[in-house]
Amino acid sequence: MSATTLFGLCGALLVGVGIYGLVVNPQPLRKILSFNLIGSGVFLLFGVVARRGAALGMGGDPVPQALVITGIVVAFSATALAVALLLRLHDASGTASLTTKESPEPSDT
Amino acid sequence: MSALATLIPETTTAGGFLLVLALVLPLAGVFAALILGGCNARRVAMLTIPLGLALAVAIGVELVQTGQTVIYLLGGWAPPLGIALRADGLSAAMLLTTTVVLLGVALFARDDFETPENLREARAPFMFWTLLMAVWGALNAVFLAGDLFTLYVALELLTFAGVPLVSLEGHSETLRAALRYLLFALLGSVLYMLGAVLLYGAYGTLDIAILAERVRPGMLCFAAVALMTVGLLAKTALFPLHLWLPPAHAGAPAAASAVLSALVVKGSWFLVVRLWFDVMPGVVTFSAAQLLGGLGSAAIVVGSVVALRQERLKLLVAYSTMAQIGYLFLMFPLAFDVSGNGPVHGFALAGGLLQVISHATAKAGMFMAAGLIYAALGHDRIADLAGVARTMPITVLAFALAGLALMGVVPSGAYLAKKLLLDAADGSGQWWWTIVLQGGAVFTAGYVVLVLASVLRRRSEPLLLVSRVSRLSELVALALSAGSLLLALAALGPVPGEFVSSSFAPKEMGVLLVVFLGGSLLASGLSRRSLLGAAGANAGVMRRIAAGVGESFELADGVIRRWQFASISLLMLAILFGGALVWGAPPS
Repeated sequence: MSATTLFGLCGALLVGVGIYGLVVNPQPLRKILSFNLIGSGVFLLFGVVARRGAALGMGGDPVPQALVITGIVVAFSATALAVALLLRLHDASGTASLTTKESPEPSDT
Repeated sequence: MSALATLIPETTTAGGFLLVLALVLPLAGVFAALILGGCNARRVAMLTIPLGLALAVAIGVELVQTGQTVIYLLGGWAPPLGIALRADGLSAAMLLTTTVVLLGVALFARDDFETPENLREARAPFMFWTLLMAVWGALNAVFLAGDLFTLYVALELLTFAGVPLVSLEGHSETLRAALRYLLFALLGSVLYMLGAVLLYGAYGTLDIAILAERVRPGMLCFAAVALMTVGLLAKTALFPLHLWLPPAHAGAPAAASAVLSALVVKGSWFLVVRLWFDVMPGVVTFSAAQLLGGLGSAAIVVGSVVALRQERLKLLVAYSTMAQIGYLFLMFPLAFDVSGNGPVHGFALAGGLLQVISHATAKAGMFMAAGLIYAALGHDRIADLAGVARTMPITVLAFALAGLALMGVVPSGAYLAKKLLLDAADGSGQWWWTIVLQGGAVFTAGYVVLVLASVLRRRSEPLLLVSRVSRLSELVALALSAGSLLLALAALGPVPGEFVSSSFAPKEMGVLLVVFLGGSLLASGLSRRSLLGAAGANAGVMRRIAAGVGESFELADGVIRRWQFASISLLMLAILFGGALVWGAPPS
């Protein structure tokens, strides 16, 4: 197995684990972490894609690397915003749950 | 549109600098508001938004005069090395709509979000005006960006600006709605990004115009389109991925709801249009478009029926948004030909664009009217709205006109859009969409009639108002609704006149009558209370069956809006879209 395939499989695995966590775990903080896992998987795939440039005798294609850095900044901002909302929610309601206590699913009132 | 592909190699056009200004102006406003702080945020917004309107008009004029896509190459570097900003007719129309609606929202919210005189800075007003400009900047970036990664960043900015608007009031319910919105939108955007990464891996560029020339149907391309499409659908809240929309749009303050409902969901919709018709016209298939249209039809039916079951006005309007989002996806199948491979456009794209513009203006007016009623009464329980028409005639008129515009009464934008789409349905031999297009109006009429019947009811004791609403806000809501209702007249230039008939032609009056009767039937059958407020004790068998149907729709909606259900639907849809692309692809 070439290194590229190995990295690609790792990326796919990260995306899969992240999606699993995001779907089944009810806790918002875990969901945020799962989102970051998916993000890491996608960035890893993008890094593998950058290896295409190596065929031209370069160390790698620089464009994906620049985009991954931007992507990490965006994912970081998203995480910060989500955690801030979660903290505010905890302050306001005493729980950090996406569902209300009275009904198992959120009521719209 | 397809002209984009022929423009390589490109250079900056004469009016290109306008596009840069359109991006810089709102963001400069955001920074100015952050630096000047406090009560100045409103002043900055009030100054920049009219300037932005002038700019949007200038871009439109430039586009019409030169007849070419307006292009600006950042730093003079041509794609694929550099990044291009492009404005075609679609972008220009969206830019103009956005600024008009934002101007309306700014005027509407002038008094609501005023910094109290004894304070130097209050959180809600300061954040509202700053976020309003941030939403605007992000939308402009979505409309102008020329490559898939810049579009990703723009979409994320749009979400980051939209989510805090939901929780401006800071109650735990709205915070929860905002968090659900953010988390689901993030799942959508990460799938979009995964698709973009796959495309870069295969074709070595993310520029829309270059990709459009290089893409070839194949497994990788199908996977990328499927992932990107469902990611964007999650952000647009198309059925069955609408779990976040009703609580978020109903919980936000009225001015913020108007922005979220009229503009923010259109950002990701616009990107689906770009992806399907500009980047992937040779890859998307008839069957995938049918799937998209099918989801749209389901959204119309479920959204409208659940809207009828709501007890609060703002939730009713939020569910109406969910139904109207369904309409926006009917243009996708109609842009295809049954026999042909790949989209043929016709009038379907123009119809879809017109529908977006008319929905943006009408829904902004409708949310404003609902917000005014809430502000005046201190509640928005539909059952207790009797007498409102007498006390707040302008607001009720705004709501009624918005409702008529959404129904597609002559000469509203939605009417002309429907005509164009019906023409496309005829031309492409897809009779089944005719049923959806005609039937959809009946569903819309249902919840409009329900609300109007409630506000027009007589009240024995005088209505107690909690607060006086500003006359300016009422007039803004009315102006936006009326604008949507008269949109077809404005669109007559580009669209052939034979599509618009007189409002009083017997045929149109007949259709209107049928729509209203059908709507009233639906409203009296499916809603919680009987329409005329009479006692429900002597309810007949029919009424009980209808109530049961309404209830089951409500239950189903509750299940669909569970997190697990929605996120698994998201993944299933990705697989379905992939399948529709693979099996629908022309044999090579």
